[in-house]
Amino acid sequence: MTVNIGDVVPTFTRETGFANWNRYAAVNDEFVPIHMDDAAGEAAGNGGAFGMGNLQWAYLHNMLRSWIGETGEILAMEVQFRSPNVKGQTITAHGVVTAVEGDVVSLEVWTDQQDGIKLAPGTATVRMGK
Amino acid sequence: MSNISEAMQAAVGTVTGRTTSYPITESDIRRWALAVYWPGQPPALFTDRAVAEKSIYGGFVAPEDLNPFAWLAASHESLIKNAGKLETNNPDNPEIGLGIAGPGLKFQLNGGLSVQYGVRMREGDVITSESAVGEYSERKGRLGLMLFSRSISTWTNQNGEMVKRTAGILIRY
Repeated sequence: MTVNIGDVVPTFTRETGFANWNRYAAVNDEFVPIHMDDAAGEAAGNGGAFGMGNLQWAYLHNMLRSWIGETGEILAMEVQFRSPNVKGQTITAHGVVTAVEGDVVSLEVWTDQQDGIKLAPGTATVRMGK
Repeated sequence: MSNISEAMQAAVGTVTGRTTSYPITESDIRRWALAVYWPGQPPALFTDRAVAEKSIYGGFVAPEDLNPFAWLAASHESLIKNAGKLETNNPDNPEIGLGIAGPGLKFQLNGGLSVQYGVRMREGDVITSESAVGEYSERKGRLGLMLFSRSISTWTNQNGEMVKRTAGILIRY
């Protein structure tokens, strides 16, 4: 696959809520009140329970993994968690190519919610598959 | 005026803990993949042994984001001096644990994650995580002088190969 600066990575989208978060809590032992209990989430200033930053991290990996294929590699990722993922939001993982050096590709990556507000912006570096 | 003391600078590189996982199982990989792709189907590479064995890996590899230390680790060794003195939500906890004075800042937030990956985690791997104090830095923000402190976790497999190196960033102000 030929990759150029500005190329857009196919997105990965999920509607989020307890059904996603509870499954993630079950594998990551992340049964934290702010992710399970609206009162706890509200007390933390987020209007209700909210999702794990680590699950948005996973969605960004899912997007890149699908794009680079089985023979590709995710080399690095850096993300800031800026806004909470609250119930009912549709979260989409995005990526845009910012540099290409041989088979190593740098990207701007981020998750946003349905109104386009970014929740977790960052960068990633991948090696493209053969 | 800087909030980074000489004692804090001197603590950079201090190893704070070492944790070793149980062997990663086929079921660990399958369930993790089902959770992070739900309600969609995960790639068969993570769920179907026949597909995994025919892949370039010749067997099951884990999603890069899998946490092999969830639920229970085979062993954990805390190497910080004052684990018993940590107070819930005290922004000075990183330094309290080390037995040095903290910067005394009031607020803290999760600044994010930065990860470099090495070899993939595979079925049967035993992963060891070594945690250490990372670098401190400062930057002026709209809320004043912000202190950035990093905790570094380096994961290696049973062959001593680097699996990943994570810098967790704590912002205090």
